[in-house]
Order: sequence, then structure tokens, then C-alpha cells
Amino acid sequence: MSTPLLSAQNVSIYYGDKQAVRDVNLTVQRGTVNALIGPSGCGKTTFLRAINRMHDLTPGARVTGRIVLDGEDVYGPGVDPVTMRRRVGMVFQKPNPFPTMSVFDNVVSGLKLAGVRDRARLMDVAERSLRGAALWDEVKDRLKTPATGLSGGQQQRLCIARALAVEPELLLMDEPTSALDPASTARIEDLMTGLKQVTTILIVTHNMHQAARVSDTTSFFLNGDLVEHGATDQVFTSPRDERTEAYVTGRFG
Amino acid sequence: MTAQSTPLSGRPRPRLSAARRLRNLLMGVLIALSTVVVVAPLLLIFFYLLREGLGAMNLEFFTRTPAPEGETGGGLLNAILGSLQMLAMASVLGVGVGVAGGIFLAEYPRHPLMPTVRMLSDVLAGIPAIVMGLVAYGLIVLQFGFSGLAGAVALGFLMIPIVVRTTEEVLKLVPVTVREAGLSLGLPQWLVILRIVLPAAAGGIITGVMLALARVAGEAAPLLFTAFGNPLVNLDPTKPMSALPLEIYRGATSAYDENQRLAKAGALLLILIIFATSLLARRASRRR
Ligand SMILES: Nc1ncnc2c1ncn2[C@@H]1O[C@H](COP(=O)(O)OP(=O)(O)OP(=O)(O)O)[C@@H](O)[C@H]1O
Ligand SMILES: [Mg+2]
Repeated sequence: MSTPLLSAQNVSIYYGDKQAVRDVNLTVQRGTVNALIGPSGCGKTTFLRAINRMHDLTPGARVTGRIVLDGEDVYGPGVDPVTMRRRVGMVFQKPNPFPTMSVFDNVVSGLKLAGVRDRARLMDVAERSLRGAALWDEVKDRLKTPATGLSGGQQQRLCIARALAVEPELLLMDEPTSALDPASTARIEDLMTGLKQVTTILIVTHNMHQAARVSDTTSFFLNGDLVEHGATDQVFTSPRDERTEAYVTGRFG
Repeated sequence: MTAQSTPLSGRPRPRLSAARRLRNLLMGVLIALSTVVVVAPLLLIFFYLLREGLGAMNLEFFTRTPAPEGETGGGLLNAILGSLQMLAMASVLGVGVGVAGGIFLAEYPRHPLMPTVRMLSDVLAGIPAIVMGLVAYGLIVLQFGFSGLAGAVALGFLMIPIVVRTTEEVLKLVPVTVREAGLSLGLPQWLVILRIVLPAAAGGIITGVMLALARVAGEAAPLLFTAFGNPLVNLDPTKPMSALPLEIYRGATSAYDENQRLAKAGALLLILIIFATSLLARRASRRR
């Protein structure tokens, strides 16, 4: 295998004195979908947010160990968190389009606010990103309308398009479908396979079927520990740890 | 409480709802009474000014300057234009510093200077208007003489804490996830604040500015020894300038009926302006 896109080495994360993630080692290969599963409060979100340095803004939060993205230490000395975040996209649990912006401005916000003025290029990026998020056909005639006028499912795909527009090497998704109806959820799951062509995905989900359907690898977290990490088939059909088995078969969590 | 718990104890329903109806009635009357108590002074002021001032609010009132003492006619054009100019200049100061302060308090809560800024803003809010006039007097008037600009500075300082507070409050209402979405795109925090968070809070900030304007539009004390007043129309901010509250003060304390009449019409205009501003402010905040 080639060198992994992401590698977490002995990563521990603390909120003040409280340790939320303990000594996690994990690698993510390019062009794959990777699921993080585990019961509520086990540290999935905490781990995810360490990768794009979102914890920098939380008072008292601390990350130890090494997170290496494409050969570069995310927390290395002199690494600018802003530049780092540009390489890692994020999709949140609830759709969060920018409320005062149109559909178009939302999609290209990462470029436009960073100073890109070239209309033709922005239009090009908008169309490509919206197609990537399977939203183009639904919004191509209302690009100038407010983003808040879209349905919840459309808004979430808009947020995916917005993240894709800055061409992230890695896309973090924290329960992206948990606020959506089954039809919207299915559309986003269908998207994932296509997205593998352009980026690499790390997705937190509470939905076992979703993890099984969309992911290549699965990591099972429990109480801040990474209990098991492996190919999704293996984790779901022949888990090595009995706690993993108990969780994926729905006996707890 | 008892009305809620008694059905469980199985007492007959009709008697209970009768007692409850009585209580409802009583409370209704009480609420209506207190509404009257609150609204009555407002209506009293309004009707008094309508009766006394409406007669003098003719075309001349809006197009002429005050007639010399003892003569009839004249208007408050000098004061109307003066107030408008000074409020516009005060807004530049009040909105500029106030919005910046509000952003700082809301967005940089962990900054070492934040407790100081918060304290300054709170102290500023408690400073009496006349003291603010004295400050502008010491800073500007002693060197450059009375001017509309000096009056505007005093009013601007009065606006700052009001704008700071509303800006801080409405910024805090913008969901954290919206900020995080901006940051996750690799945008620096200041860009996220200026281009994403601030526009989302614009309606509320405009409301705050309007309320601050309504609050300082009626201030006479800080203008007495800064803008000083001017019987003529003045469009030069470095010269003494009139304002509605100043003309009201001078007219009301004048021995001449004519000046008293103008003062009351000026007061009515002021109240109408403040009323309209407050209404606009409410509409701006509702539109969000
Ligand atoms: N900002 C914070 N300050 C203090 N503790 C926190 C903070 N955020 C999360 N925690 C704690 O860290 C632990 C892990 O939380 P985290 O949000 O990562 O769980 P999760 O696996 O994402 O759960 P869920 O599935 O419910 O989203 C929990 O015990 C939580 O209470
Ligand atoms: Mg979570």
C-alpha cells in the first residue's frame, strides 16, 4: 500500500483534566471512505475535530500525539491552522449554510471570501462542486436565491458542495445524515462512492447499515479508546473484539 | 398550582372551573390595569404635545429659522438640520467604535484585554450625558471653540455602549456551527467574523444603532457647551450648531409665547422622530 493520507499516532485528547480520547492509532488510505462508529460520548466527534484543529478554539482542549496529513504534522511547529483547515473539509451534523448568502455564494464562499474574483472560474467550481454533491440539477435555476430556502436535505448537500469547492484532501463528516429524512439520507449515501474519486472521507455515523453500506474501513470507539479498526467487512462479519461484536449486532450502544 | 393539582384528587370539575374562571377574570383585570398605568404617561405626553405643538407645526416651522425675540413666525430649520448633521456624525463614531467593541467582546472572549474592554463599556454606559458633554468640552471646545463636531463627539460617546451591548448580544445569537463552517473552509477568523457572522447579525445591529440614535437624539445636556446652538442654519461642522433639544430648552425657558410655541412643536417633532426610529428598529430586528 502507498503511504497513508492520514495517520494518527498515539493521539490523546483532553478537555481540561478530562481525557476524552485515549492513545488512538489509526491510518486512512487515499480515496477511501472510513467510518467511525461507537456509542454516544465515546469521543468520535472529539477525534474528528482534532484532525482539522477545531479544538484550537475550545478553551481547555488539548491534543497530544501526532496527526500526520500527507506527510505533514498537523500540529507541527509553525503550521498555520488556517492553511491546515483549507486542506481538510468538514460537514456537520446539522446543515449550516451561511444564512445571508445565496446558493451560489455559499458554494464558492471558501474561494470568494479568500479573494478569488474570477467569475468564470467561480461558476466553473460551483457547477463542478454542486454536481459532485448531486445537487446541480435541483438548484441550477435558483443559484441566486437564498440558501436558507432549500430543504434540509438540499442544504446538507449544499454544505457538502461548499466543502468540495476548496478541493480538500480529506473530508470529515460528523453524522451528516442524522438530521435528514430517509430519502435525503439515501441520496447522500449514494454520493459517497462518487466522492471517493476526488477526495478521502472520514465519516462518523450511528447508523450501522450506513457504515456497512458506504465505508471501506470501520473504526469502533468505546469510552475514548479505539477498540477495533479494520476493513468494514471484517469488522461487521468477524470482529476480533467481543465488544465490537456486541455493538455492531446491536446488543449495546 | 392548586388548579392544576386538584383534578388528580378527584374533586368535581364544575366547582373547580368556576374558581378558576374567577381567578382568570381577576388576573385579566389586573393585567389590563397595569397596561393602562404603563401606557398612560406616554399617551399623556403625546396628547399634551399634540395639543400644544401641532398648531405651530406648519410649513414655516420646517423652512424658517427662529424669528428674533418678540417677533412672531419663524421655524426650527436650523435645529432640524443641526440635529440631523450631528446625529449623522455621532453615528460614525458610535457605530464604528461600538460595533468594533461588540465584535471584540463577542468573538474574542479569551483575549487578555477583554475584561478591560467590558469594564470600559459598562462604565461608559453609566456616565451621565452632561459629563460626556464636559469631556467633549475639555477635549475639543477648549482648543477649537464651540462646534457641531464637538456636540457630535459627545453624542457619539453616548451611543457607543448601547451599540456595543446590542452588537455583542446579536453576534452571540449566530450559531457556533456557522462560524465553524467558515473556519473549516480555511478562512481566517477575522474574515469569518466580518463576512459571515456580521452579515448574519446585521438586522440586530441596525436595531441597536437605531435605538442608540433614538436615545441620544433628545439629549440637550451634552450639547449645551459643545454645539452651543446657532440661530442660523449652519452646515459647517466646525462652527456652533443648533439642535432640537437645544431649541426646546431655550424656547421653553423663554418669556415669549412665540418661542414657547416653537419649543413645543420642536418637542413634538422630536418625539415623532424617536417614535419612528424605534418602530423602524423593531421592524429591522423582526425581518431577520
Ligand atoms: N467542549 C467540551 N468540553 C468538555 N467535555 C466535552 C466537550 N465536548 C465533548 N466533551 C466530552 O467528551 C466526551 C466525548 O464527546 P464526543 O462529542 O466526542 O462524543 P461522540 O462520540 O461524538 O458522541 P455522539 O455520538 O453523542 O456525538 C464526552 O464525554 C463529552 O461529554
Ligand atoms: Mg458526536
